[in-house]
Amino acid sequence: MSSLTSNLLKHADTPTGREEAWRFTPLKRLAGLHDRETDVVDQPSLFQKSGDQAGFSLKLVAADSVPPISTTDDVIVERIRESVARVTLLEINRNSEVSQPITFNRKNSIDKELSRTVIRAGANSKATVIIENTGGSLIGEEIEIILDSGATLNFVTLQEWENTTVHLARHHAIVGRDATFNSITVSVGGSVVRILPTVEYTGPGASAELLGVYFATDGQHLEHRIHVDHGVPHAKSRVNYKGALAGNQARSVWIGDVFIRAIAEGTDTYELNRNLLLTDGARADSVPNLEIETGEIIGAGHASTTGRFDDEQLFYLMSRGIASEEARRLVIRGFFSEIIGKIGDEIIEERLMSRIDNDLAKVGA
Amino acid sequence: MSSLVIKNLRVGVETDSGLTEILKGVDLTVNSGETHAIMGPNGSGKSTLAYSIAGHPKYTIMGGTVTLDGVDVLEMSVDERAKAGLFLAMQYPVEVPGVSVSNFLRTAATALRGEAPKIRTWVGEVKAAMTKLNMDPAFSERSVNEGFSGGEKKRHEILQLELLKPKIAILDETDSGLDVDALRIVSEGVNRVKAESNIGVLLITHYTRILRYIKPDFVHVFANGHIVEEGGAELADKLEENGYAEYIKS
Ligand SMILES: Nc1ncnc2c1ncn2[C@@H]1O[C@H](COP(=O)(O)OP(=O)(O)OP(=O)(O)O)[C@@H](O)[C@H]1O
Ligand SMILES: [Mg+2]
Repeated sequence: MSSLTSNLLKHADTPTGREEAWRFTPLKRLAGLHDRETDVVDQPSLFQKSGDQAGFSLKLVAADSVPPISTTDDVIVERIRESVARVTLLEINRNSEVSQPITFNRKNSIDKELSRTVIRAGANSKATVIIENTGGSLIGEEIEIILDSGATLNFVTLQEWENTTVHLARHHAIVGRDATFNSITVSVGGSVVRILPTVEYTGPGASAELLGVYFATDGQHLEHRIHVDHGVPHAKSRVNYKGALAGNQARSVWIGDVFIRAIAEGTDTYELNRNLLLTDGARADSVPNLEIETGEIIGAGHASTTGRFDDEQLFYLMSRGIASEEARRLVIRGFFSEIIGKIGDEIIEERLMSRIDNDLAKVGA
Repeated sequence: MSSLVIKNLRVGVETDSGLTEILKGVDLTVNSGETHAIMGPNGSGKSTLAYSIAGHPKYTIMGGTVTLDGVDVLEMSVDERAKAGLFLAMQYPVEVPGVSVSNFLRTAATALRGEAPKIRTWVGEVKAAMTKLNMDPAFSERSVNEGFSGGEKKRHEILQLELLKPKIAILDETDSGLDVDALRIVSEGVNRVKAESNIGVLLITHYTRILRYIKPDFVHVFANGHIVEEGGAELADKLEENGYAEYIKS
């Protein structure tokens, strides 16, 4: 049995931490979200903040009317599916091009909450969805994103939480024929953030780009478990996550599972994870995992690096009069800009960069 | 009038077998307006001297002093040395991904001048300096040194020299890797800065070619971690002819 399928083992019970999928996660800090004994309310917490009003529809619908499409063994997601009665449904009209990003923010309750969202990008539609996660929250979240043929969806989630938040999520994209899914996942806030950015394909010519950045400081646990399932021929995936860690007990986990099934001839995939350890006491786990059942592919590769700050870069900048804190700030901004610069919204980009600057200054890195 | 005074400087690097001495007592004074050329065989310690003056963390000072206008340079952090008026054009300029040339230059100028240069005049200043060095203004938006060709990196170093206007500049093999036209353009840049602000120049080179453009007042032969001979411009010609054999044998 492949080690990837271990993710699909059925475990209806509360995780103990011995499971492969949970062995990195600090279960004690999850506020019981993973434990069926704990009371959690059903709460649609996403609200549109700005953007166009035309070309799509946004509704709250009964859960029965949008049954889950994908399969999962994730305990949190199972729990969400069992208990959530209303689902936020965003449908981009077919053939429509929504020029302004559809931006959401969250109105959190003070309770532990579960939330389910379905995004459907109609055939040949084009849109950008941005989700801004701010505030303090204890939330389990499932977002299923379905791209019909020829659709292009840019999907940006920003974890700008306060540092008390627990956020356990699965963002699953189902990418249709000739459709393009571009995602950017940014995690800078939260006490524990555990996101499963996962992708499956339903038609050839489908393409998914999963980009991410995370910045963990003192005590933060930021975990991203990518899973890309190449189950159709001629699909493409690109994964690129960059993380930096600073301060005591700053922790990141990056899992990059890419599975190329026997049927998936002509697959083209590459995944990359780079981590920058800025201080002692921080730890980054990075586990790329590629399984290939057919040799008839265009390309499959992965790379993972975890390193310290580049002293040569610091020296170069400082030799031009730039003070060391400023030089470090520049190098770190430079490190993240490759991905943050792709969000395409200067206000958001600068907001994220300043948050990183401030967090960095706080830990004195 | 500034002067960089190096006295009996001894510098080592940490190796597997402990601290290894590379500079074995260097004495050298560079004053404003003077141009000193340092020539010497590979591995003799020329870059070590340059980096030690700039404060690279890899090098350990084992003895001696370096002062700029009487102030101890070795006590200063790297950025303080730049603020005091030292500049090092590096033999191997470092790539800094994601940091644009324009942001880098402006941040450096702000640090050195103590206030941010006025946006409007600054953009013009940078553009003019780039034009003079035959650099495409598109370089402004590229990441610092990333993907630059060898010659482009060297021009970028001299661009910084022109914009940052130090008191004393150390140019470590700035001429290596330049084509004939670039060599002339870069040399003209150095001469312009000399003419405008009367800087002192310490020029490390393997070739007399650049010395035809930038006339040295003094030539120092560097071998085995220290200066073994000094003379005027004519010494460079002698080296070109005879090589370093007579200095290495000893
Ligand atoms: N980490 C190190 N371990 C051992 N030796 C080192 C280390 N770093 C530098 N050296 C040695 O120090 C010596 C001086 O090096 P340096 O770069 O200063 O020479 P250079 O005169 O600039 O040479 P070139 O003309 O080739 O640029 C060399 O022999 C080099 O191998
Ligand atoms: Mg050298």
